[in-house]
Amino acid sequence: MAAGAASGGSATTDTYKEARTWLLLPAWLVLLVLSLVPVAIMLIYSFLTKEFRGGVIWDFSFAAYDQFFFDRGLFGDEAPKIEWTYITIFWRSIWQAGAATILSLIIGFPTAYFIATRSEKVRPMWVFLITIPYWVNLLIRTVSMKFLLRDQGPLNDFLMWTGLIDSPIHIVNTNFAVQLGLFYSYLPFMVLPIYAAVERYNFGLSEAAADLYATKSQTLRRVLLPAVKPGVIAGCILVFVPSLGSFLAPDLLGGAKNFMIGSLIEEQFKGNAGNWPFGAAASMVLLTMVLIILMIFARHQAKSEKAEG
Amino acid sequence: MADAKFDIKTYRGFRAMTLLCLVVLYAPLIVVTIYSFNASKSITVWEGLSFRWYIDVFNGPESAKFKLAAWNSFVIAIVAATVATTIATLAATGMVRGGKFKLRTLSFGLISLPLMVPEIVTAVATLIFFNAIGFDRGLLTILLAHTAFCIPFAYLPISARMQGIEDTYEQAAMDLYATKRQAFTKILLPLMMPGIISGYLLAFIVSLDDFIITNFVKGAGVETLPTAIFGAVKQGIKPNIMAISTMLLALSIVMVTISYFVSKTDETK
Repeated sequence: MAAGAASGGSATTDTYKEARTWLLLPAWLVLLVLSLVPVAIMLIYSFLTKEFRGGVIWDFSFAAYDQFFFDRGLFGDEAPKIEWTYITIFWRSIWQAGAATILSLIIGFPTAYFIATRSEKVRPMWVFLITIPYWVNLLIRTVSMKFLLRDQGPLNDFLMWTGLIDSPIHIVNTNFAVQLGLFYSYLPFMVLPIYAAVERYNFGLSEAAADLYATKSQTLRRVLLPAVKPGVIAGCILVFVPSLGSFLAPDLLGGAKNFMIGSLIEEQFKGNAGNWPFGAAASMVLLTMVLIILMIFARHQAKSEKAEG
Repeated sequence: MADAKFDIKTYRGFRAMTLLCLVVLYAPLIVVTIYSFNASKSITVWEGLSFRWYIDVFNGPESAKFKLAAWNSFVIAIVAATVATTIATLAATGMVRGGKFKLRTLSFGLISLPLMVPEIVTAVATLIFFNAIGFDRGLLTILLAHTAFCIPFAYLPISARMQGIEDTYEQAAMDLYATKRQAFTKILLPLMMPGIISGYLLAFIVSLDDFIITNFVKGAGVETLPTAIFGAVKQGIKPNIMAISTMLLALSIVMVTISYFVSKTDETK
């Protein structure tokens, strides 16, 4: 800790200034070729014509986006109406990701606060405990969740044993199961940024509020929450964004009725529907949504940093 | 300190919520671990402790499939993590020790790109890219995709570590006529080791665990552990899957724990 503080955190030095280009070149090359260029090609593919066995024909076309937003009847000759199928799937994804985010906030905020108010010695241990599950394979975690929630699973067994319920509750294959799965997948992402914000919070402010006869809940809402808001927003975004495009939780826990964007996209490439341009277009819509959220967030963070400093 | 002043820091119920959080995070993992030692063929009935399903994983009818998938997974994870960590170490040196330069923000954006783009979009884009350049899908495509995807995971702990190391050590070495190369390999690199090991282990786990990208870019018939597990789970959760899952789970936890203690030991110095 002390060493980090002494060097002033993120101060840059220029020891390897001349070698800079060569040091960065491999990363630039690999990420340009394997991350940025593919997204550009995906954008091009979304404007091509589909090949029926998967793949594309190199003919420019708006068909993919047209199919996404408009319904032109079975033979494509009717006046275009709004096509609700895919918008509904996107809307459901937003709703599910939002519900998972709120669940994570309800559990994650008190947890983050509790950890941040422990003694400095045990805090890293707590943070470590919260992060371990994140590093366990997401597929295995989702399968474990399904195993736990099954009709004849341990959770229902336990609840019936305690006498709280008489017959098993159906959780798997409902919207709620998907929300639980998403919440479980990304909960650590909610805790960590809020923890970082509360750790930096000056508790003298709370004391001052208490001295001025603020109740505890007033102090929480009026003093603490505004101060740690950037952390809360960061946590919400870190849960919401990956939830939005998730595939495993809706696929394994949701069943066919609870289709989300991830499954819609996957089906275009892996399933028999095989419409690559449409899959590319749906991916572009998802990517655009995510980038807009991230840009608003970045602007907001920059503003609040300016206001602070 | 806090107790003396009315204890304004504590809120009632927050401790309970924290415990609930831990229960939620760990209960599914613990339950699956316990049931992987179940002697019964059914996943619902408990018939006592047994290593039966662990033996089944290594010698049972499906063992050949899972062994091949595990081999693929480990080879890909080792190679991808090694390449990604090397690239990330060089890049971190350029970013943290390269002074101010115009492309700095852009470079950071590029390095963190795989973290910002939803994983399924990365998967689609990578698949389309290989298709467009006519590259046959197989093990190599998985390896390339994983290498790119792992770079930010290796980069973050490495650059965080490097920011904490003052450049006075390297300056001192160079005052004593060490070349830049020597200052890098003999001074900076050893000091950065905890960060590099941490980064390597995280990249390794990310590659080993990846399902979505692998599922898109793998060739027909090529399986890694996660895609093999996913295929099996689609037919229903079976006890041998729980045994494999438990082993993978244990491996991830061991590696993250090592990574945690490696980065911690050095801080106390």
